[in-house]
This record gives sequence, structure tokens and C-alpha cells, in this order.
Amino acid sequence: MIAQLRFLLQLTHGHRIARRYFVTNGFDGALTMLGLTTGFYAADHVATPVVISACLGGAIALTVSGLSSAYVSESAEREKELKELEQAVAADLQHTAHGQAARWVPILIAAVNGLAPLLIALFIMLPLWLSQAGIALPLTALESSMVLAFVALFLLGAFLGTVSGRFWLWSGLRTLLVAALTAAVILAFGA
Amino acid sequence: MPVIKRVVLDVLKPHQPNVLEFATAIADRHGGCRITVTVTEIDEKTETTVITVESEDVPYAAIVETIRELGASVHSIDEVEVSSMAPADAR
Repeated sequence: MIAQLRFLLQLTHGHRIARRYFVTNGFDGALTMLGLTTGFYAADHVATPVVISACLGGAIALTVSGLSSAYVSESAEREKELKELEQAVAADLQHTAHGQAARWVPILIAAVNGLAPLLIALFIMLPLWLSQAGIALPLTALESSMVLAFVALFLLGAFLGTVSGRFWLWSGLRTLLVAALTAAVILAFGA
Repeated sequence: MPVIKRVVLDVLKPHQPNVLEFATAIADRHGGCRITVTVTEIDEKTETTVITVESEDVPYAAIVETIRELGASVHSIDEVEVSSMAPADAR
């Protein structure tokens, strides 16, 4: 089953698209969480359950958006490609690897696009839940979440650097700079 | 009983899977077969290939089914080698 899915991804170059979606929507998720936590930090004295609800709401919305938008666009794209290929080979390809790819690859890509922001958001929200559970943290819950958001954004940048063959540290620092600018703007307006 | 030792097929296939993946997929599904794929013509979305399958007993129908599953279609059988002597009888 896994070998077959890998073959279908290879057939359509879907792994490249999935990787791109993972980074793009993962970046969206991390930056949204950073924006929310920085906003709450600037607002001061916001109760942790309120922060958790807002962040969770944002994460779920990003997930649903990622799932639906990627599925709709990818399935339309795959159908179009399949029809063009059917015309080129003058055969019905519905029951071939290409037909299977047209059905399964959009689902896989949609799952990656939807789960990337969710998993990253849950990672960033971890200190909020720990704090809520009464576990002591070295920083406040919001500060810890902001640090994790910076870490997530740096790792996404470093991952992109590895993929593109650039030096991972520079690539990571570049996304970190974007995160720092975002937080600075929010703090400037929220202060 | 006659067995197919070698068959040469004229096959039209999409660019993906590429010839290496295509030949590997056929060989992977039919152990004991030696597959040779030669690209003879490349178009915008397809390529014409000549596929040679060699084995002690080529499972022709299954090979054609695999080729179809990979999105390609067999245009013609260009060459075939059939032996009426099974390997066991030859000894």
C-alpha cells in the first residue's frame, strides 16, 4: 500500500507538490500562531483558556482551509491532466496507475496541506496546555509559545534550505527574520 | 507445449513513469523476466517505445496487463520467439 502510494506520488511528482504545500501552509500556521500569541502578549493579562480557544480556532480554520483548498485545486488539476493524457494515448486511463493517481494524489496532498498547519500550531500551543495543567515553565505560557513559534519558523526555513541545497542556517535565519519582523510590528501596534 | 521465450512490442506510453521506472515496474511484477525498453520517438505527452521481454516462459497476457496498468498501450507485436520444447524436456 505504502509502496503503491509512493509510486503514485513519483508518477505525478506529487511529492514535490506535497513538500511545497507542507512548507507554505506550515509557514502560514506558525506565523498565524505567532501573530495570535504576540497579540495576546501585547494585550496583557489575557486568560490562558481564552488564548487556547483562539489559537485552536485559528488552527482548525487553517486545517479545514488547507484540506479543502488543496483537494479542490489538485483534483481539478489531476482530472485535466488525465483527460489530456487520455487524448494523447487514445485510451481510457481510469483503471491505470494514472487514473489511481488522479484519485489518490489530491487526497494525499490535501492531507499534507491541512495537517501541516495543525501539527505546527499544536506544537506552538504546547506550553499553553502545560501551563493550564499546572506544569511550571521557565517562561510564561505566552512567551514559551512565542519561542516555539520562532523555533518552528526557523526549522521550516532550515528544511527549505536543505531541500534547495543552500546553507540551512542562512535559510533558517531568513525565516526567523520574517518572524521577528512580524512580532515587532504586532508589538508596535499592540503596545 | 509451446512457450514464449522472447517478445518484442511496440508500445505507446506517457512520459511518466519514465523508461527506467517503467521497465523496473514490469520486471518487479514479473520475476524472471528480462526487460529492455528502447525509446524510438518522443512527442509532447507520449513516447513510442520498443519493449523486449525475455524469459524461460514469458507471461504475455500478464505483461500486457501490466503495461496497460502503467498507462501505456500495446500497438503491435513486432517480433516473437516461441519454443515448443519446455526446459524440462530439453534435458
